[in-house]
Amino acid sequence: MSLRDLLAAALLLAGVLTALLAAIGLLRMPDVYTRMSASSKAVTLAKMCVFLALALEFGALGVTTRALAAVAFVFLTAPLAAHAIGRAAVALGVPFAPGTMPNEMPPREPASAEDADP
Amino acid sequence: MTLLSSLALHVGLPVLGLALLLTLVRLAKGPTIADRVVALDLLGTLGISVVGVVAVAARNAVYLDVAIVLALLSFLGTVAFAAYLERSR
Repeated sequence: MSLRDLLAAALLLAGVLTALLAAIGLLRMPDVYTRMSASSKAVTLAKMCVFLALALEFGALGVTTRALAAVAFVFLTAPLAAHAIGRAAVALGVPFAPGTMPNEMPPREPASAEDADP
Repeated sequence: MTLLSSLALHVGLPVLGLALLLTLVRLAKGPTIADRVVALDLLGTLGISVVGVVAVAARNAVYLDVAIVLALLSFLGTVAFAAYLERSR
């Protein structure tokens, strides 16, 4: 078993476990915004790890190039998708969790602009 | 079957299946529709990881193209869902 295989196995395990963490975060977090934050960031890391493990496993030029392109694509699109969902949730009026301190979005209804956390 | 591909088959895929199950729980009970869209997005994204792990398990690089196409479709679907939600209130 070469060092490359070992590295690929470690990357694969890290990616899979990070994906599991993303799912646990989606299940356990208190509101939409924290759920979206946890799941989108963790799963981006997971996909990067899985694609890099793939590139290491095959080691061919075409596979490595496509895997790096896929990583770049994921890094470009995942924040956009999460941002779009977050904007939609704010527009729908989904409430923030009680412990949320900064709310920098403009309020949809008057008042509640400067709620102080007790 | 190398050690890496059997690791992907016997450890990677079950863990990803567990993650998919947890996501399905959130999809079923999510109190608002935004929760369900987040869960759907995570389902699509986990599907990409599943295809990547399958590519390692099957030792076949063709699955990488499947993963790239799935990533594109999942992103477009999520953005379309979010735009529709934001416009439809």
